[in-house]
Amino acid sequence: MRSPDPFVPSLFRVDRVRRESADTVTLGLLPIQGEIPAFRSGQFFMLYAFGIGEIPVSVSGLWGQGPLLHTVRAVGPVSQALCRLRPGDTLGVRGPYGSPWPLPQAEGGDLLLIAGGLGLAPLRSALLPALAERERYGRIALLYGARSPADLLFGEERSDWSSRDDLQVEVTVDHASPAWRGSVGVVPARISHTRFAPERTHAFVCGPEVMMRYSAAALLGAGVPPARIFLSLERNMKCAFAVCGRCQFGSTFICRDGPVFAYDRISRLLSLREL
Amino acid sequence: MPEGHVPTAGEAIIDREGLQALLDALGARGFSVIGPRIRDEAIVYAPLRNVADLPEGWTDRQDGGRYRLERRGDRALFGYAVGPHSWKQFLFPPRQRLWQARRTEAGFDLLEEPPPSERWAFLGIRACELHALAIQDRVFLGGSHPDRSYAERRRDLFLVALQCGEPSGTCFCVSMETGPKASSGFDLALTELLGDGSHRFLVEVGSRAGEEILAAIPHRSAGEADRREAEAVLDSTASRMGRTLDTRGIRELLQDHPEHPRWEEVATRCLACANCTMVCPTCFCSTVEDHTALTGESAERTRLWDSCFSLDFSYLHGGSVRKEIRSRYRQWITHKLSTWFDQFGSSGCVGCGRCITWCPVGIDITEEVRAIRSSLLEPTHA
Ligand SMILES: Cc1cc2nc3c(=O)[nH]c(=O)nc-3n(C[C@H](O)[C@H](O)[C@H](O)COP(=O)(O)OP(=O)(O)OC[C@H]3O[C@@H](n4cnc5c(N)ncnc54)[C@H](O)[C@@H]3O)c2cc1C
Ligand code: SF4
Ligand code: SF4
Repeated sequence: MRSPDPFVPSLFRVDRVRRESADTVTLGLLPIQGEIPAFRSGQFFMLYAFGIGEIPVSVSGLWGQGPLLHTVRAVGPVSQALCRLRPGDTLGVRGPYGSPWPLPQAEGGDLLLIAGGLGLAPLRSALLPALAERERYGRIALLYGARSPADLLFGEERSDWSSRDDLQVEVTVDHASPAWRGSVGVVPARISHTRFAPERTHAFVCGPEVMMRYSAAALLGAGVPPARIFLSLERNMKCAFAVCGRCQFGSTFICRDGPVFAYDRISRLLSLREL
Repeated sequence: MPEGHVPTAGEAIIDREGLQALLDALGARGFSVIGPRIRDEAIVYAPLRNVADLPEGWTDRQDGGRYRLERRGDRALFGYAVGPHSWKQFLFPPRQRLWQARRTEAGFDLLEEPPPSERWAFLGIRACELHALAIQDRVFLGGSHPDRSYAERRRDLFLVALQCGEPSGTCFCVSMETGPKASSGFDLALTELLGDGSHRFLVEVGSRAGEEILAAIPHRSAGEADRREAEAVLDSTASRMGRTLDTRGIRELLQDHPEHPRWEEVATRCLACANCTMVCPTCFCSTVEDHTALTGESAERTRLWDSCFSLDFSYLHGGSVRKEIRSRYRQWITHKLSTWFDQFGSSGCVGCGRCITWCPVGIDITEEVRAIRSSLLEPTHA
């Protein structure tokens, strides 16, 4: 018997497609054979579109609750091809890879989820289990920023979240539309509007790298210990198991040692230009 | 194939005919032998069957950005150092199909690659190259997802090591503690002996498979004089290294100085041509390409060698992370000599000198380290 080839994906079928915004869809995927492999919030899969290519995409849902959910923004050839998939279409899936959000470690204290743009997708996979076991946490807050009101993701679900009294939701946009009644500005600025006890808080941050740097700085300024701030990083990667060499960030491989890192482990690396 | 078993039988001596018998015995056991041959004015690794295929009487002159073949005054078969090829091309091919996809009624199917059809014997793999092989083993096989194609090619290898008799002007294995003596990890090891007016090879056995092959070819047991001559060959090689590299505290030296002005300086010379990474026996970075047949009915993924010197290597939507050559050179050398320890428990450089010889502008990894080290030793004028 040959051992499995780690480069060969499994075939999945698109079960459902939900449009989130003009350029973003959530795909619900089911395996053509076998089961969805066990995964944890914050991990990612490699998704292959026939003939076009393969890219890393985070899970935006939970394991054991229906199809494998991925939220994809169309930015280039592969992500566009994935966003064009229709129910019944086939794609290649391999994974899961990478480190999860450290939810168990955050239990017993406050939890801040800070998302910029598409960063809300991987953080949704952390928010859902935290809400499902709400009693295990102190305060929970979601801080979410997008370019414009039209780019805001998970519309219906977000209004459910906003109506809960055990969850603080702060939404902000860079550019308001005439109808926008919410706040305008960058996400890190919302941290000072959020109720949490810094010394017993865990913060999970996902978004563009600059936004994560500013968020980390604001969290540190508010007194959150660096070992309790977690960022999810992105780099070009082709294999996802530390042999293609591309996602190196200092001594780490983002695919294997990340994408979720404690801030104290990477703060020095983040400060270096073009690392 | 070496299983860490070192028989006590002692060393043997074979002559040129014995070397031919060794090639024949390997062939008879189903191995395709790869060894040093001259192609395009360089000594490369290619298939061979006969002793006459070896670069008899040739040597190489190497220095930063320079490589030239020259005649020796004798009939040595292995009287040169390493060339532009490394053995990694056989286990980790420069271009390799990963799998194919075919359209079906319902969607598409995947077609895996068959196992390799050849078993290789490497003739003339040197101590530094055995270390490079062990390093790539850790990269491709030591993680959570072992690379199957590498594993399948690696499993059946037969390794005939060569104890180096001729270092090049860019060798520094002594500094890296990777040579010149190969002491394990081979099936057989040869030392070429030219003294006494008789051309012969001292053979050391490193595995049961090696023992079995040696038993099948004409040989005699080595005498004290043979052994002394073989030791003298290695001693002489060790004393003639073309380069040295002070490795003390090198991990910290590079990781602690990412903003050193030397990175800017080397970037004014480096062309980002990626030659150094292509010739390096341990560099393992790759990319993947997707192709579709014109009809759109089938597609395939191919893995290709890539380099941290290419802009595309660090591309993220919106632009590359390492735009400047400074950042790319820093990434390469810091990885080789520093972060590699954190990742794989050893240096990523074995001191083979290829990157120095094949750099079109002669950039020298040992010189770059020396420059950074010495700048830190200079008294600071506060
Ligand atoms: C761990 C991780 C999780 C991710 N999660 C998501 C997600 O949940 N949803 C989502 O839409 N996107 C996610 N991304 C980003 C996504 O992988 C890129 O948008 C995608 O690779 C772009 O590919 P493309 O071919 O469409 O576009 P192009 O911009 O043309 O990219 C060309 C190639 O460059 C590389 N590349 C470009 N941008 C990125 C990037 N940001 N990260 C890694 N490689 C890149 C890829 O190899 C890609 O095929 C994630 C990236 C990482 C590393
Ligand atoms: S870095 Fe240069 S000297 Fe070191 S192993 Fe690679 S090619 Fe050889
Ligand atoms: S160091 Fe030399 S070989 Fe390497 S990329 Fe620069 S110019 Fe090319």
